[in-house]
Amino acid sequence: MAADKVDPIHQFHIIKLIPINIGGYDLSFTNSALFMVATVVVAAAFLFLTTSSRSLVPGRLQSVSEMAYEFVANMLRDAAGTQGMKFFPLVFSLFMFVLVANLLGLFPYFFTITSHIIVTFGLAILVIGTVIVYGFMKHGLGFLKLFVPKGVPLVMMVLVVPIEVISFVSRPISLSVRLFANMLAGHITLKVFSGFVVSLSALGAVGVAGSILPLAMAVALTALELLVAFLQAYVFAVLTCMYLNDALHPSH
Amino acid sequence: MADKNGPDGTGETGRGKQHETGIRDEDLERRRRELEASLATRLPNRLEGKDDAKAGSAAGYGQAVKLSSEFIAGVVVGAGIGWIIDRMAGSSPWGLIVFLLLGFGAGILNVMRSAGVVAEFGQGDKSRSGRDDSK
Repeated sequence: MAADKVDPIHQFHIIKLIPINIGGYDLSFTNSALFMVATVVVAAAFLFLTTSSRSLVPGRLQSVSEMAYEFVANMLRDAAGTQGMKFFPLVFSLFMFVLVANLLGLFPYFFTITSHIIVTFGLAILVIGTVIVYGFMKHGLGFLKLFVPKGVPLVMMVLVVPIEVISFVSRPISLSVRLFANMLAGHITLKVFSGFVVSLSALGAVGVAGSILPLAMAVALTALELLVAFLQAYVFAVLTCMYLNDALHPSH
Repeated sequence: MADKNGPDGTGETGRGKQHETGIRDEDLERRRRELEASLATRLPNRLEGKDDAKAGSAAGYGQAVKLSSEFIAGVVVGAGIGWIIDRMAGSSPWGLIVFLLLGFGAGILNVMRSAGVVAEFGQGDKSRSGRDDSK
């Protein structure tokens, strides 16, 4: 009875809110799309409102915005040098989008868009696409030197170059899988432990006493998820910076 | 004169020796610092790992997901490329076999790179110096 009620996967179901069908393609406005819009609105509104006063001595919220800005700016400057700062809008948008999406997903009954691999894969493809397009635009075919490590004998090149190419192609996949797996696993664990609380407390007095343990676990996991939400946004942004660095300086 | 010169000479050598050891210490200190600096540039991901470690209990879990996703991605991409080649050239199953093995290699390389054991794309040390020039 409790099993079908406490379905840990149910939270990831996509529900069509406004069905739209154009030319045979299903372009419906879903709950996922709704929360993407909500993420953008929340992130943009937060940054706009907190920085609108522009006081010289920042208030609490303004300093949060400024900290976010400086955090990403330093990250990008460390990883890709001053030249990399032209990608600041991209990296900052990605960081804020992932961070706000992860944090919004922590609210009960909210949909976590980063727990769907197609969303994170789309973000990763955007990053790698930028790296490839910019790399070829700036360096032409010299960008391909990225796949040829220096000081490797010519015979080994046959083996090393394909491995380097596969390693490069696997980057967007590992980038997206990491974010997606973290969010998915975290939310399922949280749901399972909360489900234990419900099903145990249905067993009477002993069950209620026993349900304290999974309840404590759920509280601890929520704190951990908060950390993971930030950490994954950070990791996503850091790796973006490192990949952009390759686009800026492929030949060493 | 010779008498005077003798102790004088030894005195000087003594002082000289002291001076020399001082220089040697300084030299050693400088070289150690240089080594540290070059090691730091050679292992860029170590710092990131330290950040993860500071994060506390999530560290091991985060590291595990990070490394396993790197490895899985390498193998999956290798197998995918092999499968596509097989489909296009009709060489089944050889493309899959060869590229699965290459993908395995790429997965290992990914893991070692993200653990900071191997230098980044195109040798870390040179890339660092190149970037410093651009700064």
